[in-house]
Amino acid sequence: MSGKSPRKVSKTRRRRPAGVHKSRTGIRGLDALTDGGLPRGRPTLICGGPGCGKTLLAMEFLVNGALEYDEPGVFMSFEETTRELEQNFASLGYDLSALVSRKALALDFVHVDRSEIEETGEYDLEGLFVRLGHAIDAIGAKRVVLDTVEALFAGLSNTAVLRSELHRLFLWLKARGVTAIVTAERGETSLTPFGLEEYVADCVIVMDHRVEGQIATRRLRVVKYRGATHGTSEYPFLIDEGGMWLLPISSAERSAVASTDRVSTGVRALDAMLGGKGYYRGGSVLVSGTAGCGKTSLAAHFANAAALRGERCLWLAFEESSSQIIRNMRSIGIDLERQVRRGLLRIHADRPTMCGLETHLATIQRLVERFAPHVVVIDPITNFAALGGDLEVKAMLTRLIDLFKSRQVTALFTSLTSGGSSLEATDIGVSSLMDSWLLLRDVESGAERNRVLHVLKSRGMPHSNQVREFLLTDRGVRLQTVYAGPSGELLTGSARVELEAREVAERLARAQDTESDSRSLERKRRALEAQILALRARFASTQREALKTIGQAVVRAGVLASDRDTMTRLRQAKREVTAPVARRPHGRATVRGGKPPR
Amino acid sequence: MRLYVAGLTPRSMRAISNIKEICEARLKGRYSLRVIDIYQQPALAKGEQIVAVPTLIKHLPPPLRRIIGDLSDRERVLIGLDIRPA
Repeated sequence: MSGKSPRKVSKTRRRRPAGVHKSRTGIRGLDALTDGGLPRGRPTLICGGPGCGKTLLAMEFLVNGALEYDEPGVFMSFEETTRELEQNFASLGYDLSALVSRKALALDFVHVDRSEIEETGEYDLEGLFVRLGHAIDAIGAKRVVLDTVEALFAGLSNTAVLRSELHRLFLWLKARGVTAIVTAERGETSLTPFGLEEYVADCVIVMDHRVEGQIATRRLRVVKYRGATHGTSEYPFLIDEGGMWLLPISSAERSAVASTDRVSTGVRALDAMLGGKGYYRGGSVLVSGTAGCGKTSLAAHFANAAALRGERCLWLAFEESSSQIIRNMRSIGIDLERQVRRGLLRIHADRPTMCGLETHLATIQRLVERFAPHVVVIDPITNFAALGGDLEVKAMLTRLIDLFKSRQVTALFTSLTSGGSSLEATDIGVSSLMDSWLLLRDVESGAERNRVLHVLKSRGMPHSNQVREFLLTDRGVRLQTVYAGPSGELLTGSARVELEAREVAERLARAQDTESDSRSLERKRRALEAQILALRARFASTQREALKTIGQAVVRAGVLASDRDTMTRLRQAKREVTAPVARRPHGRATVRGGKPPR
Repeated sequence: MRLYVAGLTPRSMRAISNIKEICEARLKGRYSLRVIDIYQQPALAKGEQIVAVPTLIKHLPPPLRRIIGDLSDRERVLIGLDIRPA
């Protein structure tokens, strides 16, 4: 009993009566990462090196606030002039001057030039406060950005004053109840060169732009968020004409319902191998195989079938260009161009080495969000291996699969395996993530290379264990039953045709054999029947003889009996005497009973 | 010349009396001085790029100079006003 109550107390103490109110940034992913945005009414510090996107994040916070959440904002810039800001953000599609004239945004460039300044005694930064206060009041701002306030340290020499004034500024911002973003550079030992994190302690976000193996990736991390849970890992983000995109792993909705719907593979015989219905909707399919064994063709069938059902298909091509794919698939009778024209197929060709894994991931997420495809083809995933280690590639694919699953997108990945001893082994890393795994491979025999397909795994459905020969015809993919040779080897191509011919001949020969067999059987039957007849005849005569003998015996017995009667009559007198003799065997029982015989 | 102050604080008063003293001593009859309280005219603070207060701005003769602080360091004020070479 006593052990229970303290636990209860600590539980209620841990629960916050009202959590930190959040101010949505409107930046995809960041709101998910911070579980609703930045702390409302408090300053947030964003630090990072030059060119890592601090200003962009801050400006998006204001623009989204003005456009989507009806919260006007003040942008106080210490580095870029108002005009420069307008020009820079126009290239991202933001019309800042329009927002300014609507009083949804106020821009103020604070210029501090050391060469103009002579310090002659005590001063404070009240000018800054007045400007900021005036701008906030003029438009009723709820959001404020100070970018980059540390520029003051370059313009003014009295750092003691600056520090205390900045501290006062942050307290003042809090008191005004505005949600503020303060940007800062990265420091050598501390987060920022002037230790601003000491003053702005509610929320700290670090941004980073790293180059690894000549590929630059932007990343973001929430270092600190008072009174709120948040993801602590580094998350990649992307900056493009649509602004900033963040891809938190943790926000991938795991609650995705596993669908029992099935989607056709586009090849009827392959559907048949997968329980008769094809892949699961929202499933992930890996098609692996050596070069030129028909992975892309299989993917094209899948994509085409989706488009024919009226579904949208996103094709992420990492090897061939869009026109190349369309041309090549036309040769097997698949008209992808028509589906592209109908707007149901979008081919996005990219070089894997163009950017880092994270950027690819973000790009794919953006495409998926914009195009909202039902099926996705990634052809091939192999080249990602060049961009990162196995773990990184696997992490990326996990996230991709999460993304697709959460949206019920059926995804088909192709993977090129180098011709080697064990084709299965090379894909082990990613195959565990996949729901279905088809393996295409070459079989070399009799001076031919032929393709075969098997279903290595397919979760949650009965699937064929058989190897099928995979034929690429001008009317698409065909699957053929494969024969095993006398010593167990696969017979494909002309060997199969030859075997088929031989089987036909054998069947004919067998049929002939059977016919002659049945004829000899008939002969045997007749001979036996003749034998049976003869035997019957013989038996009949035997029977006759026997009956005759029996008849004679009966007659003779009758004679004997009448003789005996005559005798009995003659011996009438002696009958009583003979009777006890006849009963003698029964006499023993009477002896046991203790009664003397009569 | 314009002197921007924020309210009539002791520091503001000090700055005003300091600049008046310097001007009377060195620039008698050759100067114009306006004292502006940015609390009263906050819009001017933005237009004149006021960050620190007090700030004395010398527009003429060029170059433009911003002399910040309560102007108690007389030597530096004179340098700032180009009265004495740096």
